[in-house]
Amino acid sequence: MSPLRRFLRTPEAIAGAVILTALAAVALAAPLFFPSDPQAIAGPALLSPFQDWSLPLGTDRLGRDVLAELFHGARTSLAVGLAAAATALAVGAVIGTLAGFAGGLVDEVLMRITDAFQTVPAFLLALAFVSIVGPSLGVVVAAIALGAWTGPARVARAEVLSIRERDFVAGARVIGMHPLEIALREVLPNALPPVLALSSVIVAAAILTEAALSFLGLGDPNRVTWGGMIAEGRAVLRTAPFLSIVPGIALVLTVLGVYLAGEGVVETAAVRKSLS
Amino acid sequence: MTSPLLAVSGLTKRYSSGGKIIAAADDVSFHIEHGETLALAGPSGSGKSTIARLILRLIEADAGRIEFEGSDFLSLNGAALRDRRAHLQMVFQDPLAALNPRATVARVLDDPLRIHHIASRAERPRRIVALLERVGLSAGLAGRAIHEISGGQRQRVAIARAIATKPSLVVLDEAVSALDVSVRAQILRLLLDLQREERIAYLFISHDLGVVRAIAHRIAILDGGRIAESGDARTVIDAPQSAIGKALVAAAPKLSRIERDAS
Repeated sequence: MSPLRRFLRTPEAIAGAVILTALAAVALAAPLFFPSDPQAIAGPALLSPFQDWSLPLGTDRLGRDVLAELFHGARTSLAVGLAAAATALAVGAVIGTLAGFAGGLVDEVLMRITDAFQTVPAFLLALAFVSIVGPSLGVVVAAIALGAWTGPARVARAEVLSIRERDFVAGARVIGMHPLEIALREVLPNALPPVLALSSVIVAAAILTEAALSFLGLGDPNRVTWGGMIAEGRAVLRTAPFLSIVPGIALVLTVLGVYLAGEGVVETAAVRKSLS
Repeated sequence: MTSPLLAVSGLTKRYSSGGKIIAAADDVSFHIEHGETLALAGPSGSGKSTIARLILRLIEADAGRIEFEGSDFLSLNGAALRDRRAHLQMVFQDPLAALNPRATVARVLDDPLRIHHIASRAERPRRIVALLERVGLSAGLAGRAIHEISGGQRQRVAIARAIATKPSLVVLDEAVSALDVSVRAQILRLLLDLQREERIAYLFISHDLGVVRAIAHRIAILDGGRIAESGDARTVIDAPQSAIGKALVAAAPKLSRIERDAS
């Protein structure tokens, strides 16, 4: 059976895949459906949902189209979530591999740095970083990655510690390969599967962190974000709760979708492992 | 009189295990001439593989000297050591474990050619095909993954990789032990052909005295990290003097009789 079909056999994987596909479609289609600036005023302020079908989800305090904001917000959430997770996984895998492969002093130093990062709450780290450097998309991605690379680093190191004793690593040394090349080209790819299993958790956490930063006003001000929408709606929470609830639901669905799909991938990989 | 290709003297490596110090190699001395095969035989745990790994600098010796091609091999480090490795290669027991499981045959053979600047990028595919043919494999195998080919083919690839840099000495650590009998004979013949044509010396590590008798010129029998007995391979195997040599020789025919009875 193909991995894809095995993946689609578990109900949580199907649910996750459906949510993520819908989300990706929304993110990709945003400029098609809403080509104009989502931050431009589109109608009367504080229009409730389902009143005017040209503005199906109503408008916010400034009269901006909530559905357009939601679509464009999906782009930011996904882009930041994926970019931050990819950065964290890449940095973590490389640092963990170097620490585990080099051993000795290099390992000590790298792992103490990892410890230091792990003792500071990730969100605080992101908050401090964005406050100092200033909010922009790249900075937000870096800030989130800053608190998320330690997990992948530890997993990669643990895996590398067992892989480096294998004969093919000795074989690479025998043919005179440079230690750095052995670490990154021979060892790292073989250490990746358990590291990649972390990716769904990291993507989900990154999306939430991005939302939280935007909620606190530390997101990129030139982009619509779900966290920013929730913060915006907070001022009128009693009179127009939908302004906070709609992006909140989008956030919950996204994180749920990422988790479920990730779970499905891990399950698929586990089945394949037990089969082989 | 030229110096031997490899001269090992006083090689010692100790491990501590549970508070006790165990010598995996204890004052081991031997030499190998150009184009010669020296067998290291001994029961498991006698230090055969430790000595192989010491010679290849995969582990560092506690004491002793290794002279390879007339210079001190243990004093080399970094780039100088990596360069010299082109002349001193190794084939491992289990080729599946000894080759990157994610690599293709072509990549495995490309690495030594690239690292030691033996052929330009454009020239390397042809060299890879030549290497494959040299060890009796078809050129079509180049694109296959390591896990897709048979154990015998894999060991041939490992040998091709070892001879890619035209080494003067190849350490064969139980290189044929994991192969079934018919494949084993083919691989031994390949090794003998390579030795005859390219004057490669072998350090042939094995517990199988039948194979040793067929391929080795000289033999050193190890016991507990020490060389118990050494000399001409056939002389020693036909009339062992040491207790461990006698025990090994006595065990060998018994095993083959068990194999025959079982079949």
